Amino acid sequence: MMRVLFAALILTVTMLPANSAFGVAVDEKPLADPAKEAIARTLMKEIRCLVCQNQSIEDSNADLAKDLRLLVRERIALGDTPAEVRSYLVDRYGDWVLLDPPFNQMTLFLWASPFLFLALVLYGVLTTRKKNTPAPLTTQEKEKIEQLITRGDKA
Amino acid sequence: MEGYRRFIPLLIVFAIFAVFFKMMGGDRNPKEIKSVLIDKPAPAFSLPALAEGGAAITEADLKTGKPILVNFFASWCVPCRAEHDNLMKLADELNIPIIGIAYKDDPKRSLAFLDELGTPFTKTAQDRDGRVGIDWGVTGVPETFLIDGDGIIRYRHWGPIVGDSMEKRLLPQLRDLE
Repeated sequence: MMRVLFAALILTVTMLPANSAFGVAVDEKPLADPAKEAIARTLMKEIRCLVCQNQSIEDSNADLAKDLRLLVRERIALGDTPAEVRSYLVDRYGDWVLLDPPFNQMTLFLWASPFLFLALVLYGVLTTRKKNTPAPLTTQEKEKIEQLITRGDKA
Repeated sequence: MEGYRRFIPLLIVFAIFAVFFKMMGGDRNPKEIKSVLIDKPAPAFSLPALAEGGAAITEADLKTGKPILVNFFASWCVPCRAEHDNLMKLADELNIPIIGIAYKDDPKRSLAFLDELGTPFTKTAQDRDGRVGIDWGVTGVPETFLIDGDGIIRYRHWGPIVGDSMEKRLLPQLRDLE
């Protein structure tokens, strides 16, 4: 008896994390068409849970995330493309609802900033390097070196 | 030339400091997401009235020729309770029409909530599955929208109308419309 209980306990404990690794969305009723369900699930990973901010709705158990999952599944089932669902949500919540910010006027600086900083660093490096290049030797200096070398030869 | 150039890094640090200070200060809430519906027509909707047998409430109810507020609330929402006094004040003292939308709430509970605290709403609708909330870009209750006489959303008050936020944020927006 004890052994059976113990085995059951171990089984539950080992299965718990495996189950939660699939995300919250797995506990809900999936779409009948597995292909559509896969599309919906991929899309859910791209949609921000607006209440928890840095989680996707696929991953969050917030109430709003649940409603949005339902909406995504519903739209996909009706034959909407992921792009259509995305724009449906952007119309209501703005670009913020997408975890991957789109490239537009608002996000121009965000996307361009790495290149901007790279250019700044390059500019900095190039200008300081130019400054550090020693001036060419004057004739006096050249003569002095010549002298030193010839003196060395004699020694 | 060299003399002033050495201060450039310091100036940059000060500039960054100023930007951060400005962003952290004030009453900016990083959780607040700007509504994309500002200056756009209020989304169309048709919701059953909270009161039994009442006529459906639609976006046509918003176009009264006068500014109107739309307040999403719920009986389970604690901050809604906190802002309720201010809603009553807006309705009773300032005579501002408010449409209440009970968001994802059991109608019985919404009614009990209004019975207990008073009804600031001229009309109250129920959005049981929260779909109209999604159409309005609501992320949580309470949220209050200010709509002008033509049915255009002019301002969204995110979170409860408590403290000085009514005086400082909502009322100036309202006065701008009048």
